[in-house]
Amino acid sequence: MNRQIRGLALILMGCFLVLFVQVNLLQVGQTSCPGLVAAYDRSGCQQHLNNDPRNVRAITRDFSQNRGTVTSADGVVLAKSVPSNDRYKYQRVFPTGSLFGQVTGSFSFTFGASGVEREYNDELSGHTATQQLRTFSDLFVARDHTGNLTLTVREDLQATARHALGAKQGSALVLDPKTGSILAMWSNPSYDPNPLSHHDTPGNPVARLQRDALLNAPGDPLLVKPYQENYTPGSTFKLVTGSTGVQTGKVTPSNPVYPTATFYKAPVPYGAPISNFDGEACGGTLFTILAQSCNSAFAQMGTETIGPRGMVQGADSFGFDGAPPIDLPGPVAESTFRPLTASSSDPARDFTRDLPILAQSSIGQADVKASPLEMALVASAIANNGVIMAPHVLREVRDAKGDLVETYPIRSWRTPISAASAATMRDAMRQVVQSGTATIMQEPGFDVGAKTGTAERGTPQNRSNNAWMVAWGGAVGAMPDVVVAVVVPDVPGYGNNSTGAAVAGPAAHEILTKALAILHPAGGTTPSTTPAN
Amino acid sequence: MTTATLSAVLPRLRRRSELGLILFSAVIIGGAYTLASLGRTASIPANIGPFLGVVVGLVLIAHLAVRRLAPAADGILLPVAGLLNGLGYVVIARLDQKLAGLQAAWTAVGILAFILTLLVVRRTRDLQAHRYTFALVGVGLLLLPLLPGIGRPVLGARVWVFLGPMSFQPGEVAKICLVIFLAAYLVEKRELLGMATWPRFRPVLPDLKHLGPILAAVGIALLVLVFENDFGQSLLLVTLFIVMLWVATERSTYLVVGFGLFAAGAYAAWHKVAHVRARFTIWLNPWASYDRNGYQIVQGAFAMSWGGVAGTGLGLGSPGLVPESQNDFIFAVIGEELGVLGSTLVLAAYLMIIGAGLRIAAQADGAFDKLLAVGVTALLGFQSFIIIAGVTRVLPLTGVALPFVSYGGSSLVSSYILLALLMRVSDESTRKRLANEAAR
Repeated sequence: MNRQIRGLALILMGCFLVLFVQVNLLQVGQTSCPGLVAAYDRSGCQQHLNNDPRNVRAITRDFSQNRGTVTSADGVVLAKSVPSNDRYKYQRVFPTGSLFGQVTGSFSFTFGASGVEREYNDELSGHTATQQLRTFSDLFVARDHTGNLTLTVREDLQATARHALGAKQGSALVLDPKTGSILAMWSNPSYDPNPLSHHDTPGNPVARLQRDALLNAPGDPLLVKPYQENYTPGSTFKLVTGSTGVQTGKVTPSNPVYPTATFYKAPVPYGAPISNFDGEACGGTLFTILAQSCNSAFAQMGTETIGPRGMVQGADSFGFDGAPPIDLPGPVAESTFRPLTASSSDPARDFTRDLPILAQSSIGQADVKASPLEMALVASAIANNGVIMAPHVLREVRDAKGDLVETYPIRSWRTPISAASAATMRDAMRQVVQSGTATIMQEPGFDVGAKTGTAERGTPQNRSNNAWMVAWGGAVGAMPDVVVAVVVPDVPGYGNNSTGAAVAGPAAHEILTKALAILHPAGGTTPSTTPAN
Repeated sequence: MTTATLSAVLPRLRRRSELGLILFSAVIIGGAYTLASLGRTASIPANIGPFLGVVVGLVLIAHLAVRRLAPAADGILLPVAGLLNGLGYVVIARLDQKLAGLQAAWTAVGILAFILTLLVVRRTRDLQAHRYTFALVGVGLLLLPLLPGIGRPVLGARVWVFLGPMSFQPGEVAKICLVIFLAAYLVEKRELLGMATWPRFRPVLPDLKHLGPILAAVGIALLVLVFENDFGQSLLLVTLFIVMLWVATERSTYLVVGFGLFAAGAYAAWHKVAHVRARFTIWLNPWASYDRNGYQIVQGAFAMSWGGVAGTGLGLGSPGLVPESQNDFIFAVIGEELGVLGSTLVLAAYLMIIGAGLRIAAQADGAFDKLLAVGVTALLGFQSFIIIAGVTRVLPLTGVALPFVSYGGSSLVSSYILLALLMRVSDESTRKRLANEAAR
């Protein structure tokens, strides 16, 4: 029997060897895998256990140590840690309160972090590899590893956005089309992250009470609507339809000339006709129909001139039926072009079967949805010679001594149209400002293009509109360096008082004026250098 | 040194090294205890310090008993068990002061059971004689929790018996009875079981009438355990059965066929039985059900990973986040606070018990002693493997106690009884060997 006993000894040693390997994987490698199954299926494995947001230990650690500051591009402190005399050593403070609540997010022990505080937690607490090992001596000497963030958002512009929207519930987004830097991102209602970041005790649950209140508050202040919500884009979507027509070569500034009509009906026996705003008759070439925001002409352009497949390809090339990248915590709202009732995986075929829906979609109605960020990106493609730069809020990270640790890598996201098509579309958008629906956006001494949107919502008895304005601006003779998108959703009523120009226009204009004044202190006719990002 | 003096000196040497090792482990435990109660982060209040003295003192009492009752027995087993017991005690004290006092009391009962076993079982062949009594008692104990009135399901498993304020898991003691029965029965039938006579045209199995009683005993035990929803014990019992059959008959067919059948059974259960499938699913991907069934295993992984190489230090981790941390998941607490060094120490301690146990088996005199030592060692070894493998996701989690370390009376008492049996076998064979050498 001794041979078997030796065999048993080997078996048990083998078992414990497996345990030893697994324990080392877990404790040294920070990886948890389902035993030997992981050899051919790693889907049950999880790495970096110590940085998992569900691991409360990491939160406790981050709470008991210093944390870098967050500063706006114009040097205003948005978040900092101050010593506290409770069970955690530091209290996170947000000096600008609700102005940047949705950007910085809060830093709560009970509810975790959000916004920049969450996205750049490792940088702020100094846990990235580059911050941990900056010099050889870091291997031996304890040092302040915390990182200080500078964002691309500007406090002055953000304040202007808040002032411009005033009591209106809506979103405003300002970005630099050349770099994708977000210069301002405001939505009303916002929230003050200070109470949310309170160190709750059972007798004093400030954070819990505020969170409960915010969850029940009208307008959902915790939702960062500029990138986490989508709306029917209405006529601002004509920028996508128009760009697609130009890019495919089927539409030029002189051809086709769309018939002057009061409505458009798709060439099939079924479906309701699409009528123009206020029942007016309109038509003509690209510049004219964009300036007048002519529904019948763009419906015909999408349905007949471009067709189902071209429209789907065009919209998707701008990022529709997907979500743009952004360095803020998700979920990022998807923008959609394909019909919700799609029965097949091929939306072009669905549109072919239902041309009236395509006609509606071509003017940004039906099931088309876009986040304010997506519409700003559409405008920035036109403003930046067809290239959409990846949107972001981080400019750079510096260590406690002020030395640069990392700079946000500026990169392009998509190139939906050519530089030539973009130039044509810029001309078209200038027309909208000079003689069309967006004359409110005129800015003397500057080159400005814009597009309004008045998306019809609700029933005929209970009508409301999503009022949109997207615009770009810059010095005369130079490429545009600012894009503004404003949406005020669900404006009750009918007619001229609830249009994009009337509701979103004044806010967008105020923001654009301020942005251009900041970027071009000497005025728009003298070329100026803008900050790198 | 002549053989005559060796026979006089060896027991004394063994006892002296045992005492030295016990004192050494007492220093380790004392140090760990002091660390956990130091400073403003103290998680152990000073007033339960005396209990530690009780735990260490009890192991010393056991040592004195061994000097009288089994003087020639192996000298490593008791100190290692004492070290594990003490380490477990410190961690339990650090988790819950109320449990610490209870665990100290259970340690006393365990040591008492250890001494009583050595006292009652003076010769292993006494056990052999009562094999069918043990089989009956074992199955009876397993059935106890199913009796209405005294049995109640706890956390889904119906393995507890409640008698007034007392509660215990009879299954833990039943395992010991089944080991003794299996060893005795297999010794009697091992020749017959080693011969394949069935089916007649191509014999691969022994006559079913010899295999019958074991299959019946183990089958009933398994049925009961599955009925009680206690997969950990079933897995342990199947492993024990296959290993003992293999060692007794010296036929590896039993090993291959046994584990083959078991693997097929597990695979079938995975696909057919919902709560078995649930366990496999949690094992394969606990992250998907993090906020429900996967919570415990994920928290265990977080705790161990957080420990890193050196651990957070005793009393400085957050084991409160891991459910059942004093019980099935105590290994995760050790991993978090003592790091990979601490968890490796625990693994090494079990390997030492396994090594000592199998050496005792190899040197034992007579087939029954060998098989008994194999069975006891396999029980302790595979039980620690199954629970550590469950916590670390080597295998699906099946709740069994970590021998000597986990909180819980039944497990502690039965582990000490198993230890006493090993030491009895060791004492007997060493004395016989020394007597033979002296006579030559």
